[in-house]
Amino acid sequence: MGEVLALLFNTAVFAAALRMATPLIFAALGGIFSERSGVVNIALEGMMLIGAFTAMFVSNQTGHPWMGVLGAMVAGVLIGLLHAVFCIHYRANQVVIGTAINIFAGGLTVFLLRYFFGAAGTSPSVATISDITIPVLNQIPWIGRVIGRQNPLVYLALIAVVVAHLVIYKTSWGLRLRSVGEHPRAADTVGVNVFRMRYVAVALSGALAGLGGTYLSIAHLSRFSEGMTAGRGFIALAAVIFGKWTPFGALGACLFFGYADALQMRLQDVGIPTQFMNMLPYVLTMVALAGFIGKSVGPKASGQPYIKG
Amino acid sequence: MDKILEMRAITKQFPRVLANDQVDFDLQHGEIHALVGENGSGKSTLMNILYGLYQSDGGEIVVRGKQVQVTEPRVAIDLKIGMVFQHFMLVEPLTVAENIVLGSELRKGPFLDSKRAIQEVAELSRQYGLKIDPQAKVADLSVGVQQRVEILKALYRGAEILILDEPTAVLTPQEVEDLFKVLRALRAGGTSIVFITHKIKEVLALSDRVSVLRRGKKVGTKVTSETNEQDLAEMMVGRVVLLNVRKGPAHPGPEVLKIEQLSVMDQFGHGKVNGVDLSVRSGEVLGIAGVEGNGQSELVEAIAGLRKTAAGKIHLGGQDITDWSPLKIRDAGFGYVPEDRHRRGLVLDYSVADNLILGLHGKHPFAKHGLWRDDRAISENAERVIEEYDIRPPVASQPASSLSGGNQQKIVVGREFTRDPRLLICAQPTRGVDVGAIEFIHQQVITQRDHGAAVLLVSAELDEILSLSDRVAVMYDGHIVSVMAASEVTEHKLGFLMLGGRLEDYQGGEVTSHAKQD
Repeated sequence: MGEVLALLFNTAVFAAALRMATPLIFAALGGIFSERSGVVNIALEGMMLIGAFTAMFVSNQTGHPWMGVLGAMVAGVLIGLLHAVFCIHYRANQVVIGTAINIFAGGLTVFLLRYFFGAAGTSPSVATISDITIPVLNQIPWIGRVIGRQNPLVYLALIAVVVAHLVIYKTSWGLRLRSVGEHPRAADTVGVNVFRMRYVAVALSGALAGLGGTYLSIAHLSRFSEGMTAGRGFIALAAVIFGKWTPFGALGACLFFGYADALQMRLQDVGIPTQFMNMLPYVLTMVALAGFIGKSVGPKASGQPYIKG
Repeated sequence: MDKILEMRAITKQFPRVLANDQVDFDLQHGEIHALVGENGSGKSTLMNILYGLYQSDGGEIVVRGKQVQVTEPRVAIDLKIGMVFQHFMLVEPLTVAENIVLGSELRKGPFLDSKRAIQEVAELSRQYGLKIDPQAKVADLSVGVQQRVEILKALYRGAEILILDEPTAVLTPQEVEDLFKVLRALRAGGTSIVFITHKIKEVLALSDRVSVLRRGKKVGTKVTSETNEQDLAEMMVGRVVLLNVRKGPAHPGPEVLKIEQLSVMDQFGHGKVNGVDLSVRSGEVLGIAGVEGNGQSELVEAIAGLRKTAAGKIHLGGQDITDWSPLKIRDAGFGYVPEDRHRRGLVLDYSVADNLILGLHGKHPFAKHGLWRDDRAISENAERVIEEYDIRPPVASQPASSLSGGNQQKIVVGREFTRDPRLLICAQPTRGVDVGAIEFIHQQVITQRDHGAAVLLVSAELDEILSLSDRVAVMYDGHIVSVMAASEVTEHKLGFLMLGGRLEDYQGGEVTSHAKQD
């Protein structure tokens, strides 16, 4: 018993939790921006996957991992715009388009992997973003060992949460974003361009999901492998709902899921099956949606195309 | 001669209808100009064109002497035109201040200056006497206060021309009175107001001039003081309208509905109906008057089987129907015109014909063996009811959503009335219905009564209660305050009782806080 307890508060587990949460945080923030604008983004998974591939590919070609980060964000924006064109301009069903993008991304990355590297399954190893030590932070007992030395993308994810919160709640753009996701016609009647807001939000969503993918291929690992997102896009989506469409709420959910993930690896020794822990995010999402812990209600117009006039 | 706005020969073609046909409209500086017409006559379309939500197919708009192209709301806002929509354009999770500044936000660096926004909104609300808490969440506000936010939103943008689209449709009589005060004050301050309505009494109470539209065309513009109710009704409908219902004396028969000590709660467990006793006899109309939200809806829903009772008994024709399923109650001879036809009365996407058999769809003659549709019986029924109830356009296959409010209501009324119910409940039967259809529906209610139905009428419109009822009950705070013969009732008395006064305290004469506008 004491062993398990020690494990639960182990700094190594917490540090791993933070790492596991990082790709989820980026993707969840992406989901928040998209859904807050009124566009359901179930394509986070596919966007992450394409981001992961692009980051690896650009890093491989240029030798600069940070160029990979940039490349992944650009790729994410492009996929986001694809999603946006179908959902906003053609008013297609957003869930169907998102699902199509997920399947498309799975196929595309495998195809490109074989085309460029002739490799099945896994890409060659590429240059990665290496961990950094934060001088003062790492001296603090306990906390220092959790957060004192991490990947720059981990810190970036935490900063992104704060920035997203400020953007959504403290800027006029954020006010407009929230209004187009709740009541687009109301926004339209006061001169807010609903379509432009949504395009920008979905593109941003793609960039953030791409960043999440980046972490997987050139920070956490040093290569791309087929289907390496392994459902993380959906877990991020779950975190969006669980966190009630707020950046800090989603952060909490991602950290929780990351913690469960980190623990899972250790708990296998104790005899709790991995599969059980893998179920956890989805079970919690259902609980959250059913309203057991205070009903989680999303933006009212989310999923509904806007038709002018 | 000081015209702030002129719209000339405005034409707007929608796929199936010519919504505006060469309409001229002008607005003087500092006047309240009522724009009236039946539903679907093109009032809202005309104003939506002015606000830039629709583009006209022909005609021109002149604002302050300059010809303008209003291509989007932004342009209208810049021209100092503000609009208060029938369905509010408010973002519910946001605060009052956030809603008001949305689209015209003040910034401090990259951030929203919410402190100044709150200050300015508070200042504005003081200036116009529209009391409001800038930091309240819109979702928590009552409908009347939300409308105040809408008006402030327009004023915040410096509106000199204020358009209000059917602003009274969602308000209680009290709130209507408050709104009129605000509008008169705005007029005194130099704001020019377009007031869209289909209620003639409001036109007469408030406006300086009135323009009437009918089927997309302008019928005429009159100075309000030189016209009257009958005159305007005829202009709107295009024929002589009977504003008073033709009604002979009632011949009440045996008791059909008997309610004993009924209590009903709302979904939050608050008592909404508290120990009500009520009885309606065959061949009479019992009207329940009351400000909305005093338990009328819950009472009716309990009788219809749509809401569980907390205590008490409901009898229909001597049979205890308490907490029966809605279908069983209907089968026992119950007809029901619900207060919200969109939520309860119709399936808007279904055809007129299918809506006319809702609730009867599983029964002879509309279903063979209780399973297969009998399309011939369904369409024969539709043709008969459409003809008898004058549903327009007379096309059984059209979706109900494509009909005007008045004609939608005729579908519900036609379906429920042709079943020859023993008990008929009409809840707000003419809400959002135009003058011509009101006349028709009222006449049908009396016909049902004369055929021996027991009619329970619930209405927030005092006129409706007074013109249809044989007996009048007043509901206040979940109680039936008193039941009177129609001959003993006056509007003043009703107004007094509706606001919680007790019958024994009633003095007669003027009641200042009285709900009706006159």
